[in-house]
Amino acid sequence: MQIYLPIAEVSVNMFVLLGLGGIVGMLSGIFGVGGGFLMTPILIMIGIPPAVAVATEANQIVASSFSGVLAHFKRRTVDIKMGLILMLGGIAGATLGVQIFKYLKSIGQVELLVTLSYVIFLGLVGSMMFVESLNAIRRAGKPGVLPKKKRHNWIHGLPFKTRFRTSGLYISVIPPILVGVAVGILAAIMGVGGGFIMVPAMIYMLGMPTKVVVGTSLFQIIFVTAYTTLSHAMQNFTVDAILALLLLIGGVIGAQIGARIGVKLKAEQLRILLAIMVLIMCGKLALDLLLMPSELFSIGEGGE
Amino acid sequence: MFRILIAALILIAPSLMAQEAVVVDLSQNRVEITATYSGSNIFVFGAVKREAPLPTGTGTLDVAVVVEGPLETVTVRKKEKRLGIWVNTDSVEVHEAPSFFTIATTRPLKEMLNEGDLRDYSIGLDYAVRPQSPADADENIESFAQAVSRIRQDDGLFSQREGIVNLTEETLFEADILLPANLVEGDYTARIYLIRDKNIVSDASVAITVRKAGLEAWLYNLAHENALIYGLLSLFVALAAGYGASEIFRRLRR
Repeated sequence: MQIYLPIAEVSVNMFVLLGLGGIVGMLSGIFGVGGGFLMTPILIMIGIPPAVAVATEANQIVASSFSGVLAHFKRRTVDIKMGLILMLGGIAGATLGVQIFKYLKSIGQVELLVTLSYVIFLGLVGSMMFVESLNAIRRAGKPGVLPKKKRHNWIHGLPFKTRFRTSGLYISVIPPILVGVAVGILAAIMGVGGGFIMVPAMIYMLGMPTKVVVGTSLFQIIFVTAYTTLSHAMQNFTVDAILALLLLIGGVIGAQIGARIGVKLKAEQLRILLAIMVLIMCGKLALDLLLMPSELFSIGEGGE
Repeated sequence: MFRILIAALILIAPSLMAQEAVVVDLSQNRVEITATYSGSNIFVFGAVKREAPLPTGTGTLDVAVVVEGPLETVTVRKKEKRLGIWVNTDSVEVHEAPSFFTIATTRPLKEMLNEGDLRDYSIGLDYAVRPQSPADADENIESFAQAVSRIRQDDGLFSQREGIVNLTEETLFEADILLPANLVEGDYTARIYLIRDKNIVSDASVAITVRKAGLEAWLYNLAHENALIYGLLSLFVALAAGYGASEIFRRLRR
């Protein structure tokens, strides 16, 4: 059944959107990521204008993260204090990101920026995760070798230290704020929650225990993406409510099913699968930049 | 006196006799884009009105029907390879590019109308995007203008369908104009040309209003006029859906 999207101004098949939401939701449930990094490029591929895809995806992530964080609250695996500090950074970053987005849209480079950010970040995170989980699988074969203990690094020398009870950390607020800003900018530009950057940053840079990482990341993503949605809605008028609704119906159902599947898989296997998926997406987008496009021209909006 | 009158009549007569006018109507003047809109068609039908019978020995009669969307200015960008990757480099503002353009004719366009009129009346895909102003009219600009036509043809927004107008006894004609699913709202026009011997002898124009309706219109207006409320509403729906899904699945698990 075809449905006309009021803001995107294109007619798409309703079941394609529901199915897409379901599949991406399932993957995000399995891996504990928002799935925005998969959904936004796919939406652009099926003909949704990039600006609408980015803004609407932010709205959909609000739904999937909220659905996910509720389960984490019950298990008490959310570090609220850390989440709020990350959120402050995130909102500052998102404000900047929406402005950058607007500026690049006006000079016609938004597509390049979005694609480049995807290639760089998906490439980095994907290969890091791949190597790391491969090592973890090898280690698992040789029992008795424990992973390295948390090290003291430059992060522990910074001022404004505070205690994060849930994470069992005593560190400066500066690194979480910086991580928040960086992920906020990405969230606004790439139409992603930023979980795929946030989760590794929390583990490797902030040294947070793995069990609170996903819940805390989801907790702050809700606020940052809600803020991004509002900014895009008010400044760019690019949030498509119907598109978001269809994606999130599929998405929330898929996420719940995915979460059940995720429990049954081993952590290392899970991470290596996610790494492969991230790398495939990265490779596809890199080819778009490297190969000569079939149409060299593109039509942008109006004149000045 | 009488002679002068006769002389005058003889002078006027051929033009009176040749005078043909087009009378036209559409099956609908209003297209409503609702949530389930998936394209539609407009039936254009008309007749040729004559003051006198057809003169013998005249050329064939042809009809062209053009339906186009509002003219707009668009920014067209061109990609070039820089540092190994394809990036947008040049950009040009193309003026008077219709958002939608379709033409239906009785015969191949080039055989039925002279080149000058094709250009002057913007008939056919080659002239759908109006020639750009002389100030910036170099070959480069034309390639950007042609790109608009090419891209919109690929998107199904520009089309040329030759030979689909049915003309009966050089008097009645009809054409079925297809509007695609990715139609954008605006004030559209249908232009109908009556062509004889490669010259336009009569034309008519009818307005078509394309508007979003129902839920589509409500959401679109809300998004633009009360952006804050619209944004909050979107967030509320997202939170409600997130909560709903988690509750439903919690109960299902028990």
